[in-house]
Amino acid sequence: MEDIKSASNHLVASYIKETPKSLKLIDSYMVYILLTGIIQFVYVTIAGTFPNNAFLAGFISTVASFILAANLRIQTNPKNASQFPTTSPERAFADFLACNVVLHFAVANFLG
Amino acid sequence: MSVETTSTVARVLKPTILILIALVAISSRLFSIIRFESVIHEFDPWFNYRTTQHLVKNGFYDFWNWFDEKSWYPLGRVVGGTVYPGIMVTSAVIHNVLHFFNFPVDIRNVCVFLAPMFSGLTAFSAYLLTKELKDSSAGLLAAAFLGVAPGYISRSVAGSYDNEGIAIFLLVFTFYLWIKAVKTGSAYFGLLTALFYFYMVSAWGGYVFITNLVPLHAFTLLLMGRYSNRLYVSYSTFYAVGTLLSMQIPFVGFQPTRTSEHMAALGVFGLLQLYAFAELVRGHVTPKQFKTLLRAGVSAVAVIAVVGLTLLSFSGVIAPFTGRFYSLYDTGYAKIHIPIIASVSEHQPTAWTSFFFDLQMLIFLFPAGVYLCFKELKDEHVFIILYSVFASYFAGVMVRLMLTLTPVVCVSAAIAYSTLLDTYLEKSDHVLGTNLKPLTATNDSNGDASTDAKPTSNGTKKPHSSGKGNAKEAKATAAKADAVESKAQAKSTAAAKRYPVFNWDSRAMVILQLTWFLFMFAWHCTYVTSGSYSSPSIVLASRQQDGSQMIIDDFREAYYWLRKNTKEDAKVMSWWDYGYQMAGMANVTTLVDNNTWNNTHIATVGKAMATSEEVSYEVLRRHDVDYVLILFGGVIGYSGDDINKFLWMIRIAEGVYPNEVKETNFFTPRGEYKVDQDATPTMKNSLMYKMSYYRFAELYGGNAVDHVRQARMPSEGPKLSVLEEAYTTENWLVRIFKVKDLDVLGRSLFDATDFDKGKIRKTKKF
Repeated sequence: MEDIKSASNHLVASYIKETPKSLKLIDSYMVYILLTGIIQFVYVTIAGTFPNNAFLAGFISTVASFILAANLRIQTNPKNASQFPTTSPERAFADFLACNVVLHFAVANFLG
Repeated sequence: MSVETTSTVARVLKPTILILIALVAISSRLFSIIRFESVIHEFDPWFNYRTTQHLVKNGFYDFWNWFDEKSWYPLGRVVGGTVYPGIMVTSAVIHNVLHFFNFPVDIRNVCVFLAPMFSGLTAFSAYLLTKELKDSSAGLLAAAFLGVAPGYISRSVAGSYDNEGIAIFLLVFTFYLWIKAVKTGSAYFGLLTALFYFYMVSAWGGYVFITNLVPLHAFTLLLMGRYSNRLYVSYSTFYAVGTLLSMQIPFVGFQPTRTSEHMAALGVFGLLQLYAFAELVRGHVTPKQFKTLLRAGVSAVAVIAVVGLTLLSFSGVIAPFTGRFYSLYDTGYAKIHIPIIASVSEHQPTAWTSFFFDLQMLIFLFPAGVYLCFKELKDEHVFIILYSVFASYFAGVMVRLMLTLTPVVCVSAAIAYSTLLDTYLEKSDHVLGTNLKPLTATNDSNGDASTDAKPTSNGTKKPHSSGKGNAKEAKATAAKADAVESKAQAKSTAAAKRYPVFNWDSRAMVILQLTWFLFMFAWHCTYVTSGSYSSPSIVLASRQQDGSQMIIDDFREAYYWLRKNTKEDAKVMSWWDYGYQMAGMANVTTLVDNNTWNNTHIATVGKAMATSEEVSYEVLRRHDVDYVLILFGGVIGYSGDDINKFLWMIRIAEGVYPNEVKETNFFTPRGEYKVDQDATPTMKNSLMYKMSYYRFAELYGGNAVDHVRQARMPSEGPKLSVLEEAYTTENWLVRIFKVKDLDVLGRSLFDATDFDKGKIRKTKKF
């Protein structure tokens, strides 16, 4: 238990020190989405899933937004630049926007 | 030629070849139109055609909310919610675009030509897919193979207006996009994969194949220790967006969150998230600390997962596996539990021979191509290996799934074939590696340089020209052979100077043989296409003794009669096979059709056919049936008639009404299924038997022979009391009977019939 504690402390410290600001911004966005998803999930366990399509649209919207933000984070991370030779940060952002447009088009359609 | 000019030539040649391949793919599917006419084929296409007509006529919203009261009488069917609308929407869009530009094309022709058009696109996507795996010359070969492979033609000839017609294109193209996404790690390609996956979901139930194969690929890569951020980006984008999009199709609905077919994808998605998070953490801590954190994380996740799964399965949120799904794993399952699935011929296990029949030489090259994939084993090759393993298995289980196997066979055969050509036609590294050494040892440094320079210029040129040669022959069977052979020989003589081991005669032998195989392949494909896969099956053709062709058009004759001579709301009962055709061509109300969603209703029809007149008359009256339509092939020897299907009707009816219908009663004591005078009393009294052979003996003056079952019929035919013959077509193929109304004098219909025949009614003596 002590090990875990020191390891996580180290993790947090290293994260704060080494992560660029733009990535931290994305991370805060992701944490926000995560919280929204958790709130939705808790609400559903209490109040039930009806109407199912609205719940799914909302919940999948958070999951997918989270994923897309994670994609953006991975692709704009300078550490990963070698893995994405064809993807510049601008291109990554354009992809992010395109995916979000399609995603939320489907979400809006599914909300009913 | 310099490198620049050859690449320019290649740039012109490649599109030309691809267009030619597309043209050949389209034109080899037109046999049925040339022989017969531009007509919709078979059974299911008639439903698709009818719904497309509705869509074009009434618009999309009306189609979406369409309640079809003319099928499944008296239940009806919600069409918009129970179809895969992809194919209808596609043809409606094409139709509307053409009309917008003032091309007055009839919707029927759009439907008839849709599958051939898409086969051209399929060939193109096979090119793209193979290009990602090897190079463009292999891609051209794959395109040519897939363009003409009978395994794919079988479901995409002109007039075969079925979901598979566009679905195979979507399948191959989605796989291409997926491989592209994995390779580049681009969210954009992941999005495109998801969009085409959506199109595929809207078009065919076989989308489940993608839903499972792509996660399986991702999972395998994970197990091989090949996790990369590219995989994360492509898979997550595909799954998150694709799943939501797939739920927009009403027929699919919430299934992706419930049924087990879709759970693998979800599981892999979750796994990738955890893995990615672990990777992120790993970047920030020391290995030892990572180990502790990982251990804690894994145990937490395991506890949550077990608790969650137990809760879900106990509360019944996860739906059980469906029957069709089981029948994929256990071939005997359907036969025992679901006769309605087993009775469909395309759900039968594949016979050995049909693999060769549908794929010819490709089936031999296929394993070689898979082996070559193993040798490369990049991410995309893993995908092809998985695809080939699973598609082979499924093709063995169900004839219909030969379709999903054909693309991968073509792709890997093209890889094998083009590797052979590379090896025997030109410089390739492993040939040079073994043979160059003695050469360079004897040569001076000058000669060495020139041998290095020359082959590269040749090497860039040859794959395209050889690919072109092969692609063309494969389709055209034209006299291109000489050109290719002489080219091959010219090349091999030129090469002989440089590679002493591969002198021209051994090269020519291999190349000539390969070329010969291509010829045989093209010949076989054309033969199979024209002979087996181009029959519309609503119009039959037979050869007469003098060699002239006789067209048997009884189906359309009967349906036309129904359309013109019955009330608008007439209810016609027939076995479910003909439901779609009747609705489409005769515009009558049907009881059951090829959408076999209600087994009980089908069993009721089976019961009406299999029981005696008294029992079935009650069923007929209760369902407001006006006419009964059956197929009878006894006169012209058409073996797919209702008496041959009768056993399935009995089996299905027995499943629901075990007390009233018993299969054993239809077999003679010696276990034979007989229709002549040895037929069992139950058989002779069944409505189907009576309708089929009603007045059959009279046709031959009491000496009737059933040409399908080679049975001599008794001279006295069966009597019908509750039905009367309404119409029998020219070749007796279709017979329509009218259900008699209740007798006006209140007699039983049997007495009334006897009375009409002048028989005296036996009265009880007081």
